[in-house]
Amino acid sequence: MNWLLVGIGGMIGALMRYQVSRYINGRFTVRFPYPTLIVNLSGAFLLGWFTRELHSYFPALGSAPMLLLGVGLCGAYTTFSTFSYEVMTMFRERREMTALFYVVLSCVGGFALSAIGLFGLPK
Amino acid sequence: MPYIAVAIGGFIGAILRYGVSEWLGTWNGLNIATLLTNFAGCLALGWLNTISANRLPLHPNVRLGIGTGVIGAFTTFSTFTIDAWKLFENGAFEQALTYIWLSVIGGLLFTYVGYRIASAMTGDTRLKI
Repeated sequence: MNWLLVGIGGMIGALMRYQVSRYINGRFTVRFPYPTLIVNLSGAFLLGWFTRELHSYFPALGSAPMLLLGVGLCGAYTTFSTFSYEVMTMFRERREMTALFYVVLSCVGGFALSAIGLFGLPK
Repeated sequence: MPYIAVAIGGFIGAILRYGVSEWLGTWNGLNIATLLTNFAGCLALGWLNTISANRLPLHPNVRLGIGTGVIGAFTTFSTFTIDAWKLFENGAFEQALTYIWLSVIGGLLFTYVGYRIASAMTGDTRLKI
């Protein structure tokens, strides 16, 4: 049963990611990979929050909510392969500074947002 | 149709990632499964994006299902950041930093290897980098 929960979550997460990129690319012409950045940063926050709180919302369901929403949904919503591919493309286009900026922004931003999810806003 | 392709791909990709993580578990507190799935996905996407642009005429929905669906859901950024935090929280500051740069540099290298394999297969020797 666990794998089915992960699979359903993964299905929703992948669709959400696809929809975000469709929405942004359909309305704006961007040279910077905003869709992946938005998806990865929001997903990092969401997984942090789920890791901290999800169990207390559904104590009777055990690990099922985390498998569905954490491992499945957040895991599939965010992506590492597209992120890497975009960085490589920037390097190939000789946009080294943009690539570096993108990497730092994704890592520092993802790290910070997952911390807000995990521990709440700094007081 | 593109939505169905992404949904099926996402279903498969997430289950594959879960299978690998259940199989490998953690290794000295380091989530080795996330590292390996991300590297494998980078290799696959670097290859797929390059080969499908040049030699392999895939139907756009098939390409979307495999690239955005399977590989996109197989690799993960959110677990990567949470794993880094877990290492950091356990006091292993250097391990957390190592994990981050290893993921980024490794992912980039595997994407590049995938891209080079695909360019070699298409016989494109004009590519300089």
